[in-house]
Amino acid sequence: MIVGNLKPLEEIVASIADYKNIFVLGCGGCVSVCLTGGDRQAHELATDLNHIRHYKAGKPKFNVHTVERQCEPDWLNTYLTIPENTDAVLTLACGAGVQTMASIFDSLPVIPAINTTFMGSNVEPGVWQEMCQGCGDCMLGVTGGICPIARCAKTLFNGPCGGSSNGSCEVDQKIPCAWAMIYYKLKKTNQLHYLMKVREPKNWQPAGGAGPRKLVRPFNKPL
Amino acid sequence: MSELKSGSNLEKILNAGHFAFTGECGPPKGANVDHLNEKLSHLVGVVDAVNMTDNQTAVVRMSSIAGSVLMMEKGLEPNFQMVCRDRNRLAMMSDILGAYAMGIRNMLCLSGDHQGFGNHPEAKGVYDIDSMQLIAMVKKMRDEGKFMNGEDIDGPPKLFIGAAANPFADPYEYRVFRLAKKIKAGVDFVQTQCIFNMEKFRDFMKQAVDMGLHQKCYILAGVTPMKSAGMANFMSKFVPGMDIPEPLIKRLRGVAKKDQSEEGIKFSLEQIEEFKEMEGVAGVHLMAIEWEHRVPEIAERANVLPRPVVD
Repeated sequence: MIVGNLKPLEEIVASIADYKNIFVLGCGGCVSVCLTGGDRQAHELATDLNHIRHYKAGKPKFNVHTVERQCEPDWLNTYLTIPENTDAVLTLACGAGVQTMASIFDSLPVIPAINTTFMGSNVEPGVWQEMCQGCGDCMLGVTGGICPIARCAKTLFNGPCGGSSNGSCEVDQKIPCAWAMIYYKLKKTNQLHYLMKVREPKNWQPAGGAGPRKLVRPFNKPL
Repeated sequence: MSELKSGSNLEKILNAGHFAFTGECGPPKGANVDHLNEKLSHLVGVVDAVNMTDNQTAVVRMSSIAGSVLMMEKGLEPNFQMVCRDRNRLAMMSDILGAYAMGIRNMLCLSGDHQGFGNHPEAKGVYDIDSMQLIAMVKKMRDEGKFMNGEDIDGPPKLFIGAAANPFADPYEYRVFRLAKKIKAGVDFVQTQCIFNMEKFRDFMKQAVDMGLHQKCYILAGVTPMKSAGMANFMSKFVPGMDIPEPLIKRLRGVAKKDQSEEGIKFSLEQIEEFKEMEGVAGVHLMAIEWEHRVPEIAERANVLPRPVVD
């Protein structure tokens, strides 16, 4: 899923200071699952923002709502009604949701309340771990299902660097060394031969090196 | 003796079967080259080549190409270091051509310390390619006369290709295979991480020799003389990839503070004597960090002087 993190309250306050009627919009998708931008967090944020001490020239009014998925134009076009007097939208969606909102409601300022951080998964209660950088050319099949692009600090392709120590990355002992994990996983699955091959330099074009990426799919034929 | 790939002094020495002795020097943190020249002056005639580091520990310094050229002006042969952290493949290839055109003949291909360690931790690390791929790229440029994309190079860079090997990083059982992989990628010589754990290094070399790696690539053992017990303790705790056994720290602590540097040098000399006899070790790479003025003395006491001259 896409993981995000709420911006510091002071930054959010500064970004909405010029507006009187603010529509706080949560997203029921990924950011709801990672407990950052869902309906509950939208209400909590509005409550936190609703203190006069934050504002020099009067407190704005907040309307709170959550839409199922802010990254889908159909949801926004069909199901979302923005209150008439709204002069800015403060959204808790990821960057994709913020941009979809901004393009559909193009006469309103749309302000992000969260920082979109990474694509990851929930590895233990309350902890999300970066897993994928969307490089467009997946090599997980030869790396034991552990991604060196997302999880090695140097995005190495050919095994652990000289800084791998006791299973930890040289950057921080709390970060596991992705290549040490890959080594032990491939050993377990009897696939260490994958580590003996010199991997060719990566083509970064599918990773965004050729400009913004797009997926175009034909409509499915009936089964 | 085989045909020379680069004709560098270091290659000639190794190719002739001499025990190589290389040094290391960091470029200045500024455009003032006085201190660099002073450091280099101690190394003339004492070592076969000198590594010129590339923004080591991710701290900005004068470029390693410029440092290498300044070194040549002093009559020393550079081993030009290049890390994958700061350049993409375009910048790397163009710098390799520039380095060669300026007279550089040895090159060390490294991943580089992560930018988070340095003085610009906010920087975006490049890591377009890794050290393994850099080795293969330089080899392709040299032997096939082609850029990575297959286009012809007008005047291929004939470089002696080096890399690092760290027998003390983990997973230990993979390290010798990583060296084998670097050889497969095209490396001519490797310099190891500073060795302090001799027992582990003996074991690593045995594995390398059993696999015949020493016949495909020159292995230079990394030696760093400890200046004090404090330095040993600091390196053991804070420098990535270091393996400093407790008995060595104890040995340094066991003598008076003023004698600790002498004790550190003594340990280095004992190591060098053992490396001279160790199967598969082709030389020593002495990393006397900001201790260049002690290198002539160490070389003298290690009985590696005068350095051989090979035509």
